Amino acid sequence: MRITCPICGERDRREFYYQGAAIALARPAPDAGEAAWDAYVHLRDNPAGVTRDLWQHESGCSAWIVVTRDTVTHEVLDSALAADIGMEAGA
Amino acid sequence: MRIAGRGRIDRRSPVRFRFDGIDYSGFQGDTLASALLANDVRLVGRSFKYHRPRGVLTAGSEEPNALMTIGSGAGAEPNVRATVQELFPGLEARSQNRWPSLNFDLMAVNDLAAPFLGAGFYYKTFMWPRAFWERVYEPVIRNAAGLGALSGAHEPDRNEKAYAFCDLLVIGGGPAGLMAALVAARAGADVIVADEDSRMGGRLLAETFEVGGRPGVNWADNVIAELNAMDNVRLMTRTTVTGVYDQGTFGALERVSHHLAVRPEALPLETFWRIQARRSILAAGALERPVAFRNNDRPGIMTAGAVRAYLNRWGVCAGRRVTLFGNNDDMHRTARDLLSAGIHVVAVIDSRHDAPDGRGYRVYKGAMVCDSSGRRGLESVTVRSIGGEDRIATDCLAMSGGWNPTVHLTCHLNARPTWREDILGFVPTPQAVPGMSVAGACNGAFSTHDCLREGAAAARDTLEDLGLRAAAIDLPEAEDAPHAISPLWAVPGSGRAWLDFQNDVCVKDVRQAAMENFRSVEHMKRYTTQGMATDQGKNSNVAALAILADVTGRGIQDTGTTTFRPPFSPVSIAAMGAGAQGKGFAPERFTTSHKASAERGAPMIEAGLWYRPSYFPAPGESHWRQSCDREVNMVRTSVGVCDVSTLGKIDVQGPGAAAFLDFVYVNTFSTLKVGRVRYGLMLREDGHVMDDGTCARLGDTHFVVTTTTAAAGQVMRHLEFVHQCLRPDLDVALTSVTEQWAQFSVAGPRSRDLLNAVLDNPIAVKDWPFMACGQVFVGGVQARLFRISFSGEQAYELAVPARFGDSVFRILLDHAEKIGGGPYGLEALNVLRLEKGFITHAEIHGRTTAFDIGMDAMVSDKKDCIGKAMSRRPGLTDPDRERLVGLKPAGEVQLLVAGAYLFSPGDDPVRVNAQGYVTSVAFSPTLGHMIALGFLRNGPARHGERVRMIDHLRGLDATCEVVDPVFLDPEGERARD
Ligand SMILES: [Zn+2]
Repeated sequence: MRITCPICGERDRREFYYQGAAIALARPAPDAGEAAWDAYVHLRDNPAGVTRDLWQHESGCSAWIVVTRDTVTHEVLDSALAADIGMEAGA
Repeated sequence: MRIAGRGRIDRRSPVRFRFDGIDYSGFQGDTLASALLANDVRLVGRSFKYHRPRGVLTAGSEEPNALMTIGSGAGAEPNVRATVQELFPGLEARSQNRWPSLNFDLMAVNDLAAPFLGAGFYYKTFMWPRAFWERVYEPVIRNAAGLGALSGAHEPDRNEKAYAFCDLLVIGGGPAGLMAALVAARAGADVIVADEDSRMGGRLLAETFEVGGRPGVNWADNVIAELNAMDNVRLMTRTTVTGVYDQGTFGALERVSHHLAVRPEALPLETFWRIQARRSILAAGALERPVAFRNNDRPGIMTAGAVRAYLNRWGVCAGRRVTLFGNNDDMHRTARDLLSAGIHVVAVIDSRHDAPDGRGYRVYKGAMVCDSSGRRGLESVTVRSIGGEDRIATDCLAMSGGWNPTVHLTCHLNARPTWREDILGFVPTPQAVPGMSVAGACNGAFSTHDCLREGAAAARDTLEDLGLRAAAIDLPEAEDAPHAISPLWAVPGSGRAWLDFQNDVCVKDVRQAAMENFRSVEHMKRYTTQGMATDQGKNSNVAALAILADVTGRGIQDTGTTTFRPPFSPVSIAAMGAGAQGKGFAPERFTTSHKASAERGAPMIEAGLWYRPSYFPAPGESHWRQSCDREVNMVRTSVGVCDVSTLGKIDVQGPGAAAFLDFVYVNTFSTLKVGRVRYGLMLREDGHVMDDGTCARLGDTHFVVTTTTAAAGQVMRHLEFVHQCLRPDLDVALTSVTEQWAQFSVAGPRSRDLLNAVLDNPIAVKDWPFMACGQVFVGGVQARLFRISFSGEQAYELAVPARFGDSVFRILLDHAEKIGGGPYGLEALNVLRLEKGFITHAEIHGRTTAFDIGMDAMVSDKKDCIGKAMSRRPGLTDPDRERLVGLKPAGEVQLLVAGAYLFSPGDDPVRVNAQGYVTSVAFSPTLGHMIALGFLRNGPARHGERVRMIDHLRGLDATCEVVDPVFLDPEGERARD
């Protein structure tokens, strides 16, 4: 499997650390309540199809990357820097 | 039998080799199989189950019968296909799966028991008694039904892994592959051609066709020469593409030096390649399939294409009186080639009533071979035609049931092939593998003309994708015979007609499976073991499917194929795991003081990948405890030096650094003064402890975080995550500097004396209070000093750039020893921290909270931090949770062990009654008894109570007193001294 790091280019997936669903970007407010925190920390979809994951280019530039891929076809559709997504969301 | 004037072997270079102890001679260019056939050796192995005599069936990597052990001693390699093994001087081969010898195999009695050994035999027979399976049946069966065995010794040969990248990977160097490579290479594409054979050319090497008005093999040689001269082409012979993976990744096995009599030191035996290709063209050709008829497995019965290949490529004929049998025009080529080489063609038995007439040989039209005879090799076949049955004396039967396109690689990403009734074969389904085009025989285009045409066309399509322009190219002229064939899978009749030669699966086994309702192809496969041998059914799967389709009344397309998975042909584990033997299995990380420690005889202990000194034995010490106790006393009374460089060190810089640290630690760092250090605790977002350590503020916007050795990587990744994913707004940069700084703990009441003997400028007590940090100099080198203590003593950590680590460590030891100090190792470090109740990852093991370790008060109310919300869950703050305590022996048994469970004295010591567990233990030389840390329900409220420590595994039962986890100097005065 190949993943494109927005900084380094296309690399073998073994250079990357896999974290899990990109839901981790959407951290609730401290007072969001138990249900929101439970969902954030524990609840994950298991889609057959397009999914957004967080990977880190750990053996490369250390960038955290949101990879959009298809769990059925194994296609990697897109990759973007998590920091860019976070800044856009914050702006 | 060798045929004069034929073949592409080097007759001036005879090669001596040995098979089953007998010396033979072949030529340079032979395979082991062609050389054996040239020497009239027909019996080369025994089948898996029935131990039937077997001969060479094919001329390629699909060979199911001629498996041998090559070489001897530790590096002997079992299950090598003689059809692939190139001959070299001194080659030593042994047959397999026979005892005591190939000609007289005692296990051949299995063949007489055949009526009882059909499909499902194992499942039905060895059902009971249950316990017999493991102890009796399985060992006996495994012993009787086996292939070659490994030597059991350590692999002496070296293998390699390698990586390659290209625009276009062409798989197969036959006419289609070479044509594709030529078109792509001339357009400037970066091309790799991989072919499993020792030379490129594919089927052209085995045929007498002309291409472009000259022998096909000459055309191939010219193309190869042109490609070889181009910088943008890599030709990889002896390289089998074994697997297709996502996004253009291919696995390939290169047999680098299996063909060499003397292997140069520099060459590996095999190289396992990962090839990354933007586009690929599959030009893998086709494999001929046998016909199933009674006793079709005798030595001397081969595929027609193999008989032709042995004749044309190796100048060998497998018999003196050759008969042909099949259902298609292609086998007539074999008859013609044999005739032109002067070999006696007895007859061609063609199942088709409209078969072409023979040109100089007799043709039985609409006839079939229905049986064969001959003890250890073919002597005659029985032909059934409208006129009745004839027995024909013959010593070689060349059979052909048609050709199967080699579609395997197109199915590795889960696509299924498509059945084509006109060619009676499966072809790749279009777009089966993204970026892969298919050309030639593997696409069902069998004529040489079609192969060349499809190869060129596939290359042109590929070039367009790559943004390159193909130059116009004239296709050379070549034969364009139609693929004339009619169905023939199994000749009707009784007796055993083989499908899977290696696993001894016969037509009746497939029928029986269907009758017993194993009608799905996957079920039939597992019930009969059809296609589960080392050839993975390359010779037999399609025929087995056709028979299953027939019995179940479905079409072949509906019956479907079993799943083709990598590898295409066997790959040794040694090649896949190349480089990972012995020390190669895991990298070793050495501290800068490693050499000095080793010189002092310190045994090393592995901490992750790090090697750390366990203790430093002094003269007269014979047990680690003596050294450890001495080192602890040394630190408590004088001074000790310990390399603590393995702790993770993360440099945190930037205007947002303080705010960032406030967010990742439970406690506050923005209030920390420059030149000061603070202990910090990090949680995971689920509220459990991730790691602890110190954080020093070196400047207004500059901090250094330390982590535990074990969690260094995890914490670095976590900090990057928090920064990039949660707080990208903070202007902060994180850099791991673990390797850049060598750091030494200098601990003990005389630590300041030692430092002042070593540092360029002495440090004053007033300037360096407990938890101070700052810059110092050692021999003119800028260093960092931290007044922190993991031992409870007055202590410092001195950090120098790693290149000075070795010399600073030696200087520290020199001076320490002058004042009664010395080095201490990990064992003493552990005792020192336990006496002080300091935790490590034995305690913060992933299930403990700040509350459990008594640090909930550190969680700041004034700010948010990672893990804070979840750490407030009721279940994580229940006083009855298992919480940190100290334990000391209070009964007769003085031994405490980590991993033991704690019980209330009156309770039955069973799991449900467990009150907690022990995490760390040590003998405290300072206190004179064992001490332990552990977790106990509501522990902090139970100081002074007695509990039972029970280790069921080691049979230990000790009474303990619950105490405060800090055993020594609870006020911490020594560290502040
Ligand atoms: Zn990168």
